[in-house]
Amino acid sequence: MSLPQTLIDKLWAAHEIVRRDDGDTLLWVDRHYVHEGSFHAFGKLSERGAAVAEPGLTFAVADHYVPTRGSRTDIAAPEFARMVRQVVENTNKHGIKLFGLDDPRQGIVHVVGPEQGLTLPGLLVVCGDSHTSTHGALGAYAFGIGASEVAHVLMTQTIWQKRPKQMRVSVEGRVAPGITAKDIVLSIIAQIGADGATGCAVEFAGSAIRALSIEGRLTLCNMSIEAGARCGMVAPDQTTFAYLKGRPYAPRDTEFDKSVEIWTKLVTDRDAEYEREVSLDGARIVPVVTWGTSPEDTLPIDASVPDPSREPDEARAKYLRDALDYMGIAPGRKLTDIAVDRVFIGSCTNARIEDLRAAAAVLAGRTSKVPGLVSPGSSLVKRQAEQEGLDRIFRDAGLEWGESGCSMCAGMNGEVVAPGERCASTTNRNFRGRQGRGARTHLMSPAMVAAAAVTGHLADVRALLDGRKV
Amino acid sequence: MEKFTRLTATACPLNFTNLNTDQIIPVRFLKRTRAEGYGQMLLHDLRFDADGREKDFPINKPAWRNAQIVVGARNFGCGSSREGAVYALYDYGVRVVVAPSFGDIFSGNAVQNGLVTAIVTDEEAAEIMASLERTPDLPVTVDLEQQTIVCGNRTYNFSIDPVRRMRLLNGWDEIAVTQSFADRIAAFKAQDRALRPWAVPRAQE
Repeated sequence: MSLPQTLIDKLWAAHEIVRRDDGDTLLWVDRHYVHEGSFHAFGKLSERGAAVAEPGLTFAVADHYVPTRGSRTDIAAPEFARMVRQVVENTNKHGIKLFGLDDPRQGIVHVVGPEQGLTLPGLLVVCGDSHTSTHGALGAYAFGIGASEVAHVLMTQTIWQKRPKQMRVSVEGRVAPGITAKDIVLSIIAQIGADGATGCAVEFAGSAIRALSIEGRLTLCNMSIEAGARCGMVAPDQTTFAYLKGRPYAPRDTEFDKSVEIWTKLVTDRDAEYEREVSLDGARIVPVVTWGTSPEDTLPIDASVPDPSREPDEARAKYLRDALDYMGIAPGRKLTDIAVDRVFIGSCTNARIEDLRAAAAVLAGRTSKVPGLVSPGSSLVKRQAEQEGLDRIFRDAGLEWGESGCSMCAGMNGEVVAPGERCASTTNRNFRGRQGRGARTHLMSPAMVAAAAVTGHLADVRALLDGRKV
Repeated sequence: MEKFTRLTATACPLNFTNLNTDQIIPVRFLKRTRAEGYGQMLLHDLRFDADGREKDFPINKPAWRNAQIVVGARNFGCGSSREGAVYALYDYGVRVVVAPSFGDIFSGNAVQNGLVTAIVTDEEAAEIMASLERTPDLPVTVDLEQQTIVCGNRTYNFSIDPVRRMRLLNGWDEIAVTQSFADRIAAFKAQDRALRPWAVPRAQE
């Protein structure tokens, strides 16, 4: 009888080409996603006069630098136009399929991959972007890499990795109405810290995770990197198979049924052991927001920000002072007393159709007290939202309905939050200057961003639900 | 890639927990090519105000301006996968970062570019930073073969992944190493296509 294996063991074993004595292992890459930011790697190929080993397993999108407001056919800023042109040229040259600005399937790479059925259970997926962990939601082993590694994968379709430590995060129980995957993952990060899973591959398990839709699981795995994890994943199940059925690049008909039989086995065996186990009680998770400059600076919405003068540890007190100073928040202030200047709904974390529906449910028939932008995760999500009339709800509330791209999450396309402005955001990082130099970011779920828009301050969405479903 | 064995240089303390790659190099500079150089953009928004004037920041101080070693706090280089963060450190002249923990992708990028990431405990990092605050121009020696950091009259052992250590010591070209396994890769691919036909994207009409 073979030893019981974890999901991570099974995925790892299926991709192992060479294992050296020192533990370094050469793994096969099933999907490689590239974007405008991958130009460094294409440059390295040119320097060597090298070809792309497997163009058929490589897919490109234009997302990081594309405008999400204004013209996309004639990009006003030459430096962004150049970035988009480069990815067109590089993918043409190497015969790589590009979901570019002229393609109705264009969108954020971590939305497009699952949406197109390119990401499947059991695959090893890499991309030169840290939020590649997103794809683990479908039971893939997916992680972000740097430019040199992107070049390596382009040239060899393989990557060297050391076997990671393994960690299981279990969330049992039923979460309360209004609690989303974003609240779950921010609560996990608050518990284990922004480096709580460094060096680890993480499997998310438990009844509260199983109950999540694929959209929710994508949000969850997306932010596993914010706990430092190499990758995060959820074992594939009926929810996964139902999501994938009929997706353009996924297997079809009898091939699909055969695949499901194989994918069904991609679960952690009963007696398999994890090196680290963390558990949370789903019933105790409440709506949360970040108050500081790291995703670990997360608190329940009814709490107050820390007071450094009450912190006995000097290093911790300094950290709290620096964070509060940057955020422009007085020590001990109640979170719900913090006014916001604008809102942003978008990014690979929270811009899928369910996210837009949740925000629209809160905003319907109401007005936003602050300006804001809604940027759908993909052009297909945008179209679907428009078919459902969600765009009208956002517009009627006074928010801007934009195009798809990474947009104001990192402000790479020049769409930034002004210095000193405070933004309630569905994104993944509240780092200093992340949304623009001097910008102040509070992370939360789409429904909570909608609540902040309606009230003009950080707010508990549960008070605004009155029977609405989010 | 340049080999690394041993370095004696001044060391700059950067006592910031979770010093993420957005801080190490702000996103707006990532459009640059490597040939244009990344060194001047290192920690840009922490070093310079909105008008481009230098702020009161460790690496702006005369004693630390030419530091080739930086010592940081936990979770150094967390966040975005941007290799530009490593380019910025390296192009500025930094060859070693000492910290209690590193973002995984950052330390992977570091080894690709000849930058050493040396792991010490929280207490040791704090102690080294305190020594540097007291004596800013104290020379620090990092020895990758011995895995030691000598700072004043103290010697600290550091850890680093043994695979990464060997690569840094030898300056190996990873792609050349991989290409030496070309037969194994081809054999894997052939076998895998039979085992997992579903893993290939379905052809589009």
